[in-house]
Amino acid sequence: MEEMVNVYFYGKKYTVPAALTIQTAMEYAGYTLKRGVGCRHGFCGACATIYRIKGKNELKTGLACTTQVQEGMYITQIPYFPTDKRTYDINDLKANQQVMMELYPEIYSCIGCNACTKACPQSLKTMQYIAYAQRGDLKKCAEESFDCIMCGTCSVRCPAGISHPMVGLLARRLNGKYIEPEAKHLTKRVEEINNGDFDAAMAEMMAKPIDEVKDLYNNREIEK
Amino acid sequence: MYAPYNDSMMESVKKVEATRAARMATEPRRLTADEKDDLLSKFHPDYNNDSFDEIKVGPNKGQRAPIELAKMLHSTSRLVTDKVDLNKIDYDVDVLVIGGGGAGSSCAIEAHNAGANVMIVTKLRIGDANTMMAEGGIQAADKENDSPVQHYLDCFGGGHFAARPELVKRLVTEAPDAIKWLNELGVEFDKDTDGTMVTTHGGGTSRKRMHAAKDYSGAEIMRTLRDEVINLGIPVIEFTSAVELIKDDKGQVAGAVLLNMETGDYMVAKAKTVVIATGGAGRMHYNGFPTSNHYGATADGLVLGYRAGAPLLYQDSIQYHPTGAVYPSQILGALVTEKVRSVGAQLVNANGEAYIHPLETRDVNASGVIRECREGRGVDAPGGVQGVWLDTPMIEILGGEGTIEKRIPAMFRMYMNYGIDMRKVPILIYPTLHYQNGGLEINGDGFTNAIPNLLVAGEAAGGIHGTNRLMGNSLLDVIVFGRNAGKKAAAKYKEVTLGSLNIDHVASYDKELKDAGLETGEVSPMLLPKYARHER
Ligand code: SF4
Ligand code: SF4
Ligand code: FES
Repeated sequence: MEEMVNVYFYGKKYTVPAALTIQTAMEYAGYTLKRGVGCRHGFCGACATIYRIKGKNELKTGLACTTQVQEGMYITQIPYFPTDKRTYDINDLKANQQVMMELYPEIYSCIGCNACTKACPQSLKTMQYIAYAQRGDLKKCAEESFDCIMCGTCSVRCPAGISHPMVGLLARRLNGKYIEPEAKHLTKRVEEINNGDFDAAMAEMMAKPIDEVKDLYNNREIEK
Repeated sequence: MYAPYNDSMMESVKKVEATRAARMATEPRRLTADEKDDLLSKFHPDYNNDSFDEIKVGPNKGQRAPIELAKMLHSTSRLVTDKVDLNKIDYDVDVLVIGGGGAGSSCAIEAHNAGANVMIVTKLRIGDANTMMAEGGIQAADKENDSPVQHYLDCFGGGHFAARPELVKRLVTEAPDAIKWLNELGVEFDKDTDGTMVTTHGGGTSRKRMHAAKDYSGAEIMRTLRDEVINLGIPVIEFTSAVELIKDDKGQVAGAVLLNMETGDYMVAKAKTVVIATGGAGRMHYNGFPTSNHYGATADGLVLGYRAGAPLLYQDSIQYHPTGAVYPSQILGALVTEKVRSVGAQLVNANGEAYIHPLETRDVNASGVIRECREGRGVDAPGGVQGVWLDTPMIEILGGEGTIEKRIPAMFRMYMNYGIDMRKVPILIYPTLHYQNGGLEINGDGFTNAIPNLLVAGEAAGGIHGTNRLMGNSLLDVIVFGRNAGKKAAAKYKEVTLGSLNIDHVASYDKELKDAGLETGEVSPMLLPKYARHER
């Protein structure tokens, strides 16, 4: 017999196989999911979930698609949370501390409770990346927040009403665009292409009889 | 203990460990063209005729399609019974983009920047798409020893010379500009301290041209594009699917009938140009395979385009990614990025043999895994599944301690979540349904030939990759053809005058189904997979 556990979706009890994730257990119980589901493999952040194990005080957070069910889990999903994204023209911004002060001033109200870090299903140092943003260290903020899947769980728990994933995203875009050094070989190649430098060789390749192309392919040299 | 593997699995792990040093000293041989053909014809699921059905109606009548896709093509439109008033127009735009993934978002950004009034509809949220889940990277020939022509050869040959040359040309020629565009939007590619892109091989590449953002490449691209769409103020109608295209009396595409996924209400979107960017079909579970795809990958765009008269191309060519997770069961089918092999892991069978070069093309490597398992050299795992090893500890030996956490953190996290430390023990894999190589047929500019002003971009389009796609050419394709569709649609709509709207094609297609005696008992497009278990 398959091992079963009792779980509670929005307070209602269901008996489900113990090997399932919260997401597949909901489907086992008969839910057709429309909200709170996306990639199903931990990449999209659609499935933020809060649960408490019966008899325990601690409120836990996780992704429904990657968290296995346990006996006595009381589960609620947070398919949407009103995080507050500010809009901007990335071309008008400068990569400095001022940017954060203007777009996300609430980060300076952080009380250092660390609830965001504790809530993060990606085990990110969320409070730390907010601290980097406060200091205007955008590169560090970008690095520390890189694995963020924007599930919003941290924001649900934040007493200061900070929209952490939006802060991290801004830092990463600024870092990628302005702080990281330019890839000169890329700029050069785009110029060469626009200049038509490869047009003749491409036309020649496309005009070759198929057997010749096959020969070229099968005998092409592969970079070590 | 580095993994919750059972005794028989651990037995095999010991063999893998015993041969590791010797395996690392030699690179497995590449197969010849004939050996590859032989392996494919014996083991690739595309060669298993039992998993295909004949298409009985429409432009591809007489050709084959996966059983599950044929069934959707043979099923009834919602609008045969449900009535919609086409005179009550809810949205009126220049460019209607169906799908909010990488292709749809790039398309909308370019169309907006070219001055068009553009709107995105998407049945889940913007960004809920296979783009978000692409891990490994994106190809572009931007290094000194590389060129778009070399990229063309790799792509065209890897796709068995079946791709449409003019599409491959666009893909490879516009690749460097796609990377530059993304980088300028703020996408953080892996770079050296001097700005040089860190590039690696993928299966079937002859030059190291795989650009990545760790193993969150697609997520990094998608979240940036989504942010830009929002910044530009482009309307995004979420939880709203397109269920049929609308045409006008001249036979031009004229919009789409939309369905609010939450309330069940229909709406009418009128548009001078329409872009189908609905993505793939992994959730159809062709051949009974698990899938690496996101929840919404149900071939909707193929069905509604086909019903309106747009032909498919290579609808019978499916990509099984060689390395899907097969153990533990919670991650069955999840993608184990090809990058794991790019950075050094070999494919190793139960006896500890590196039976193939890890960077053969995907179809070849998938066939290889299936062969090993069928011929008794696979590893049995709990739950009645089989697989071969991906020898991940090699990565740490080759690249130094910490390489796994630095280069493939998502994989490390996915396995650690279930107590498997891939730095210390190999992981078990089996092919997973990953990509539809074919799709709706498009011309070199991204338009369908059959229906004026209808474009297709991203995974829903066919012909770019022939009958096998290379790693890193799909993220590339969604950006290149997404942007292209946006620019082309924005140029086109200005010339379009629409007549009166109709969905007559829905009734005539239904008549064809009836005449052919087809009654599947289902409606299509599918929109959401049927995972809810109702029978007790
Ligand atoms: S930082 Fe916040 S939004 Fe990002 S993954 Fe962690 S909890 Fe989710
Ligand atoms: S939860 Fe909010 S207030 Fe608490 S540490 Fe995190 S950012 Fe600061
Ligand atoms: S469904 Fe995407 S993270 Fe869970």
